[in-house]
Parts: sequence; structure tokens; C-alpha cells
Amino acid sequence: MPAFTEWLKRALLEVQDYSKLTMATARCAVTRPFYWHDFVEQLDAIGLGSMTVVILTGLFTGAVLALQSGFTLDQFGARPFVGRLVAASMIKELGPVLTALMLAGRVSSGIAAELGSMAVTDQIHALRALGTDPVRKLVVPRVLAGILMTPVLTVVANTVGLLGGWVVSTQNLQVASGLYWSSVVDGLFLEDVWMGLLKPFFLGFIIVTVGCHVGLRTRGGTQGVGRATTNAVVAASVGVIAMDFFATQLLLSLLF
Amino acid sequence: MAAYPERLRGPARCRPGDEPVVVFEDVRLAFDDNVVLDGISFKIYPGFTKIFLGASGSGKSTVLKLILGLLAPDSGRIRVHGQQIERMTENELFTVRDHTGMVFQEGALFDSLTVGENVGFKLYEETAMPLPEVRARVEEVLGFVELGPYVDRMPSELSGGQRRRVAIARAMAFKPKLLLYDEPTTGLDPITALTVDAEIIKLRDLEGVTSVLVTHQLRDAFYVATHGASRAGAGEPTVAAVADKVEEADFVMLREGKIVFEGSADELRVADDPYLRAFLS
Repeated sequence: MPAFTEWLKRALLEVQDYSKLTMATARCAVTRPFYWHDFVEQLDAIGLGSMTVVILTGLFTGAVLALQSGFTLDQFGARPFVGRLVAASMIKELGPVLTALMLAGRVSSGIAAELGSMAVTDQIHALRALGTDPVRKLVVPRVLAGILMTPVLTVVANTVGLLGGWVVSTQNLQVASGLYWSSVVDGLFLEDVWMGLLKPFFLGFIIVTVGCHVGLRTRGGTQGVGRATTNAVVAASVGVIAMDFFATQLLLSLLF
Repeated sequence: MAAYPERLRGPARCRPGDEPVVVFEDVRLAFDDNVVLDGISFKIYPGFTKIFLGASGSGKSTVLKLILGLLAPDSGRIRVHGQQIERMTENELFTVRDHTGMVFQEGALFDSLTVGENVGFKLYEETAMPLPEVRARVEEVLGFVELGPYVDRMPSELSGGQRRRVAIARAMAFKPKLLLYDEPTTGLDPITALTVDAEIIKLRDLEGVTSVLVTHQLRDAFYVATHGASRAGAGEPTVAAVADKVEEADFVMLREGKIVFEGSADELRVADDPYLRAFLS
């Protein structure tokens, strides 16, 4: 029982610190000073830096989706509708979630390792000693860049995923190209597109804030940095899946 | 736990009429059950040096973090540059930190920035100083610590001693009135440590900076307390032993979060407290 109480206390403290960090981030994002140079740097690091992994993930997800669903649809003589299935799955769910999971692995861990190294070598204290607020300088640019770039990367993943599905549909399943694309358009409603575009904002927020929170709380030298990196990936991935559920519920009630 | 006398010496020396730069009054701080500082009080006067000695974990570095507002005490009062800081918000503390520099253990240089960017960090990021003036100031302070040619190097390309001297240059770039040194010579060989000590002395004597030095390197502590810097005309400054310097430096010995001694180098040398004798031997 005391062990459980201790665990509960630590968990509550973690939640409290995370909430404090997100509130401080929100406050700092709308007040001066704003570090534009760091923001642009993070747009590049998070956005362009993640492009390759997102393109590969999107391409193969779309391709395998077409491959799997094509043969299943065949049993009902519905092979021409494969584009509809690929589009609906990619844009509504798989595109945003898989992109976010890739970013959790790449961005969240990177942020946790970078800020963690700074924390254990007193660089965060040095920033404060030099009159710079670490939340403004380190957290705000990353969070804003993450929130902005996740939807962009999701659109890229969706587009490449549809292309992957097209390649498999036309080459393996012998579905006519025109039929595939008309099926893609038929399978999508405007509300689906909105959902696919809005969800990544929430997911991007989770990915980056978790990375920053874990990184800034790092203790215990290089071993601590390693632990922080692992924790960031695990927490951000679970956070992405959980946030996906809640964001979907919210958007369903708002859009449909 | 052994009982130690409250203090083996009276209040710190000062020049008549001087207001203290730092005042600690009955400051206590604990992390969970671990009491780090247990009701410590002291004053630091302008232009003087306070040297904190003590074993690892005795609370020396914590004192510096409290002066800078990086930590807040559980109880007690802390006044820095005439302002009560213990309940200040982070934003309010930035005004106090404008006059206080700190040299961290191992330097804490930003490893993604060059030496020049590290040194000019505060001036680049937090002031409206024109860039040519910032560059001139960076060159000036790097020249002061004799690292002018290293302005474009990355911290990873520097030796341990050079990193500490860059950290000193960064801390002095914005002309603070008070400089805090957290174990600035730990891990350095004795020759390199002396070059760092010389920078501390030069800053104190030539720039008039009040110094707080935390160390467990007795040799460096006594060197800083007994040497002075002077400059003849426009020549290079020289550091040499100066007899009356010893009156401008106070030693404070911490043990288990309490002050067990406060006094000059001479008084510390003759102290007969068994713990002090063991520490000095």
C-alpha cells in the first residue's frame, strides 16, 4: 500500500508539473519576447527533418492497405472500391496517427534528449542565470513548430499514402487508374478531410509538450538522459493514441 | 550528530557605510527529508570575496543557487542587491540576475553555440545592444581571459581550463556587480587551476566585482584570498601575493547545512575545531 501511495503521489506530481509547463507555454506564446530564430530553426528540424520518415511511412501504409483490402474486397467482387477504403482509412485515421507515432519516435525523443542533456549539464540553470526564460527560449518555439508542422506532415503522409495505394491498385490489383482516383474522391466527405486536418494539431501538441516536459525534468547524468529519451517515446506514443480517441470524439460531435 | 558552535567568528568585514550585496537571514532548505541548509545567516559586502568551503553535499552550491534565485528557500530571508528575492517570481528575478553572473561547475557552456555566441549570449538575446557593440564586448572579455583567438571555436574543441575561462568571460560579459563561482577549478590540473584563480582575482581587483567562491580546493581558496591583481599603465595585469588582501576575503565552512566557521584565511589556519583541522590537513 505505501508503494502504491508513493506511485500515486509521483504520478500526480508529474501531471501537475506537465499542466504547469503547458500553461506557462501558453502564456509565453502570447507575450514578449518571442525567439523567432529558434522558431524557424525548429520548423526546419521538426518539419523538414521528419519528411523522409513520414514519406516512407505514408507510402508503405497506403500500399499495404491497398494490398490487404484489395484481396478482401475481391471476395465480394468489390475490388474497384479499393481507393475508397484506402482514402477513408488514410485520411481519417492512419495518416494522422501513424505520422504522429513516427514523430513521437523522432521528435519527442530528440527533444527529450536535447533538453535532458542541457538539464544534466546545468545549461538550463545557465540560461536562467543569464536572464533567459527556458520556457520561452526552448519550449515555446518547439511546441509552436510541432503544432504547425504535424498537420503539414500528415497531409504529406496522406498524399503519399494515396499514391502508394494507387501503385499497388494499378500494378498488383489491376484496377484502372481513373477508377482508383474516382473511388478515392467518392470515399471522402468534407467532414473526413476536416477531421484528418484538425486532429494532427492536437497530436502535435502532445508529442512536443511531452518531449519538453520529460527533457526538462531529466536528472541523473547520461543514464538519466537515456531514461528520459525512452520515457518520452513511450509517453508520447501512448499520449498520441489516447489523444486520438478524445480528439476523434470531440470532432465527431462538432463536425457530424 | 555532533554539536558545533553557532559560529566561530563574528560578522563579515566591510568598509564603513557599505550596504551588503547579499544578506542571508536564517535560511533553511530541505528536499523531502534531506535538510540541505539549516538556518544559515551571512552577509557579503561590495568588493569583498566570500569563500564557501565544505565537503561534497554540505550545501555550498545550493547557497549560490539561492543567491541567484534558481532555488527558493523553505524559510528565512535572502536580500540581493538590496531586493528581497525569496518570494520573487521568475520574471522579477531576471532584474536581480542582470547584476549577477554565475560560473557553473564544468562551465555549463551551450554546446550548440560557438565560444563567441556563448560569451555574448545575454547581450545578443536579452538586450537591444547593437551587434557591432556586442562583438566588441565579446572580443574584449575574451581578451581579458586570454582566449581572443578562440571566438569561433565550439566548446567541445576546448580544454577543461579553457571552458572554465570561457564560462568566466560569459558571466562577466554583461558587467555584473556580483559573480558566483561554483567549483571553478574542480577537475583541473594545478597549473590550469591557477590560471582560473588568476581570472577570479583580476575580475575582483581590476573590475571591482564582488565574488562568491564555492570550492573544496583549499589551495585555490587560499590563493584567491591572499593574492591581488594590479595593472601598471596599459600593460598586462599581474597577480601577486598581497598582504592586506587577506582582510578582504571571508571563509565560510559549511557542514551538514550549518555554518561551522566564518573568518579570514589567517583565522581559519589557526582554528582548533577538530573538523576544521581535519578538513585543512
